[in-house]
Amino acid sequence: MHNKTVSELKKAIEKKEVSSLELTSLFINRIKNMDPELNSFITLTEEHAIDKAKIIDKEISKGILRPLSGIPLAQKDIFCTKDIKTTCGSKMLDNFISPYDATVVEKLNDAGMVIVGKTNMDEFAMGSSNETSFFGDVKNPWDKDYVPGGSSGGSAASVSARLIPCSTGTDTGGSIRQPASLTGICGIKPTYGRVSRFGMIAFASSLDQAGVFTRTAEDSAILLTHISGFDPKDSTSSKNPVPDYAADCTKKFKSLIIGIPSEFLDGLDDKVREVFDENIRILEKNGCKFKKISLKSSKLGVSAYQVVAPAECSSNLSRYDGVRFGYRAKNVKNIEELYKKSRSEAFGPEVKRRILIGTYALSAGYYDAYYLKAQKIRKIISNEFEDAFKEVDLILGPTTPDTAFKLGEKTNDPIAMYLSDVFTVSTNLAGLPAMSIPMGFKNNLPLGLQIIGNHFDESKILSLAHHYQNLTDWHTKSPQEN
Amino acid sequence: MDKKTIIKIANLAKLEIKDDKLNDIASSLEKILNLVDEMNGVNTDDVTPMSHPLNLKQELRKDEVKEANQRDLFQKDNENTDNGYYKVPKIID
Amino acid sequence: MWDPVIGLEIHVQLNTKSKIFSPASTDFGSDQNTQACAIDLGMPGVLPVLNEEAVKMAIKFGLAIGANISDNSIFARKNYFYPDLPKGYQISQYEIPIVEGGSINIIIDGQTKTINITRAHLEEDAGKSIHDLYPNETAIDLNRAGTPLIEIVSEPEMKSAAEAVQYLKNIHSLVRYLGISDGNMQEGSFRCDANISLMKKGSEVLGTRAEIKNINSFKFVENAINHEIQRQSDILDNGDNVKQETRLYDPSKDETRSMRSKEEANDYRYFPDPDLLPVSITSKLIEDIKSNMPELPSTKKDRFKAQYKLNDYDIDILTNNRELSEYFEKTIEGTDLNAKTTANWIITEVLALANKKNIGVSEYPVSYKNLKNLLSNVQSEVISSKQAKDVFERMWNNGEDAQYIIENEGMKQISDTDELNKIVDNIIKNNYKSVEEYQNGKDKLLGFFVGQVMKETKGKGNPKLINEILKVKLKK
Repeated sequence: MHNKTVSELKKAIEKKEVSSLELTSLFINRIKNMDPELNSFITLTEEHAIDKAKIIDKEISKGILRPLSGIPLAQKDIFCTKDIKTTCGSKMLDNFISPYDATVVEKLNDAGMVIVGKTNMDEFAMGSSNETSFFGDVKNPWDKDYVPGGSSGGSAASVSARLIPCSTGTDTGGSIRQPASLTGICGIKPTYGRVSRFGMIAFASSLDQAGVFTRTAEDSAILLTHISGFDPKDSTSSKNPVPDYAADCTKKFKSLIIGIPSEFLDGLDDKVREVFDENIRILEKNGCKFKKISLKSSKLGVSAYQVVAPAECSSNLSRYDGVRFGYRAKNVKNIEELYKKSRSEAFGPEVKRRILIGTYALSAGYYDAYYLKAQKIRKIISNEFEDAFKEVDLILGPTTPDTAFKLGEKTNDPIAMYLSDVFTVSTNLAGLPAMSIPMGFKNNLPLGLQIIGNHFDESKILSLAHHYQNLTDWHTKSPQEN
Repeated sequence: MDKKTIIKIANLAKLEIKDDKLNDIASSLEKILNLVDEMNGVNTDDVTPMSHPLNLKQELRKDEVKEANQRDLFQKDNENTDNGYYKVPKIID
Repeated sequence: MWDPVIGLEIHVQLNTKSKIFSPASTDFGSDQNTQACAIDLGMPGVLPVLNEEAVKMAIKFGLAIGANISDNSIFARKNYFYPDLPKGYQISQYEIPIVEGGSINIIIDGQTKTINITRAHLEEDAGKSIHDLYPNETAIDLNRAGTPLIEIVSEPEMKSAAEAVQYLKNIHSLVRYLGISDGNMQEGSFRCDANISLMKKGSEVLGTRAEIKNINSFKFVENAINHEIQRQSDILDNGDNVKQETRLYDPSKDETRSMRSKEEANDYRYFPDPDLLPVSITSKLIEDIKSNMPELPSTKKDRFKAQYKLNDYDIDILTNNRELSEYFEKTIEGTDLNAKTTANWIITEVLALANKKNIGVSEYPVSYKNLKNLLSNVQSEVISSKQAKDVFERMWNNGEDAQYIIENEGMKQISDTDELNKIVDNIIKNNYKSVEEYQNGKDKLLGFFVGQVMKETKGKGNPKLINEILKVKLKK
């Protein structure tokens, strides 16, 4: 049962082959047994989940069916949940209980899903390996000496290890796609504005976007349909109508023109290149036309990102001052000490580093050289994508330059860490939707294929992903359980 | 980035940096700035900076009061409140 | 030897029902922190959504001063830490404010002077820090956090405290005319910062300026500016330099002092708020607002002069306050009441009692209808103006109706010619000698006869009528 997809579980529940309580208990038991080693959860909400499952079962017995009735789900601990603590992976919010639900949480709750826990993540979503979490590293289920990627490391690892059928994530520079790639599952980051950011703790507001982790493209489509849409509480959310992504992606595949940017392949690891090329051949034989394109400035994505994201974060994280909520330092003499000690004692080194860089980039005398420059580079990158999408339907490349790296391997080298996002950050800067799906292995560690679409072209991305998964079986591979 | 700048920035960001950490932080920030400096290779004189990924306009909200008093809930876990006030060490202007 | 150069930054709270970025109430005086919702508190994950009414009010102000309304205005974050600023940044406007340019006229010593306005932008108010509630702690109340403000920045074009106060008063009057603020200075709905520097006479080089923060009465503005001019000229006369700093005016000591907390060089790191998109203002919206604009103070002043032929003093008093000008016009409306008499009544009698109780027009116990009635009775000589003053006081104090008092107190003047003729005839008959003397040229005796008639009518005889009748009858 734990190997079933969301779509299969939905059918099983609807046919009353299994109850929500049975499903919920099954996954909670798996988490209890396996997660002590993986550490993919910060909070397990057993009681809450059992209660909700019982309510859903009662509803079902009365013939009330919601779109995703009774299916267990894990929420990334960046989404505010009423009555359940929301830590954002930080000591700062170790004891924070939000007074409200994030819109994403509310929507999935309303769809009938059962939250079984909150997943581990890099502190305030700042990291690419899940090693900056105050709650400890998350292990990659494929090899526990390796990182699962980040920042949504817990959400990815838990789905990969079949501790949960699906989970939510957020992606600011690759935080859904990179861990999806490194743990061998699907992860989609929709268009900026597609999903409400209300109640999703902000890292970099103009880049942050919520998405989901599943094992199949169809499952991603099902969940995405339910979290998307305009939210009057989020001014930056889009009023574009939400299609039924699941229905769209399972329709007969229509031939697509796909661009491959030379910049994504230059200097790529040989084995990764080999795996990627093999997949291109498969798709070429099955209805896709490929075209070489150039995204000349995408290489500057990491540089621009390392200004824009920290600048926004330096301001977004000013609210953590020890006054109204969150960690407050003891025995302080004055207000200045209250601020400095609370923030310095509760933020980890990576968060501090980004706040400092961001503060610097916005400060008098440096604003033009850094912040404004980065916003201009961002425009150039965005324009290049825009031009590319005049010629192609989708853009394809590897999600990451390589497979997962070892725990601790890059912790002392922030630049190396940042560069692991080299293929993912540009789409955040341009606000484009993108997805990572499993495309093979290198040394028994999974590799991801990134599909990038034009604004609001999620259906096309999901359609190609679903088509690919009909042609291959990488998405059915699961890590060994010991 | 010199130590003086780091101290100034840390002060603005209300972060405390221990003296013995200054060098480490300086060198790691320096590395990031070097990475960021790659942007300088591109001429951006005629480029409009981009603040938002989508070219949308602000949606306006009707002027309606929709929030009831939830002070008790908001202050539930905060020990440093009294009689509904948040308390901080005395500020002398 | 020094010429003062003064610029004002006026903060006006807009009287929207809800806050600028949240649906919490803006009511004043509620229990601490009961009107601060999750958004106002800057809780993790919350987002601002802009209040339409605040935007409309800012546009209204912009149109009233003839400014340019930006159709792509941008909100920015002003970053600094202070406990009454929950997010660690204030959402304000930096590049591209909603209102740019514009001006208003002030009259100073009978001369009209134009004060140019640099910009007016929308922003959120901060909460309040209360320093004297606990011995070792500052208490924070965030009810005010998120209340919409427009900050109106003038060019440094005022040359004296008097000019600054006049400018401030005109803006105060304007925002109340527009109905965008209650302008209540005690409650902080209308407050200003003054930038003051001194320039050597004949020079064009501006001196170093000091900024005086948060002054909340016209009198304090005048005192604070005058005090600051004196302080700076003392420094300059001594050959010293004025320090650029933020100062606080202490009304109890009538002095300004340096604010230590603001001393540390601020670097606000403004940048466009990524949570808010550019605000597009359509020409249709601007046209809608234009067509609903109330008459502005300057237009009303001109009209009062032409229509009612009042003097500048009366016009100033009546039009400074929109409600008072409406009270005046409604009193006159549909009657042939003399405008000057009505103005005098309102300025002397009505305002005297209103000021004693410190109440606004909406709280007047005498409605314009009731005042209209009273003054009509005076004009048609039903009662004398002396009687009218007593009646008015009763109306004000007891809420009684003019007609009711006049009728029940038998105050009606005797203007019945037949009745007066009879009385006069009687008096002539009984004072034959005096009549003879009068007819022989002793004109002064007319007063005696008037007195006799008044005595007979218990003072209710219409004096004008009595005079006329006596003059005719005594000639015979």
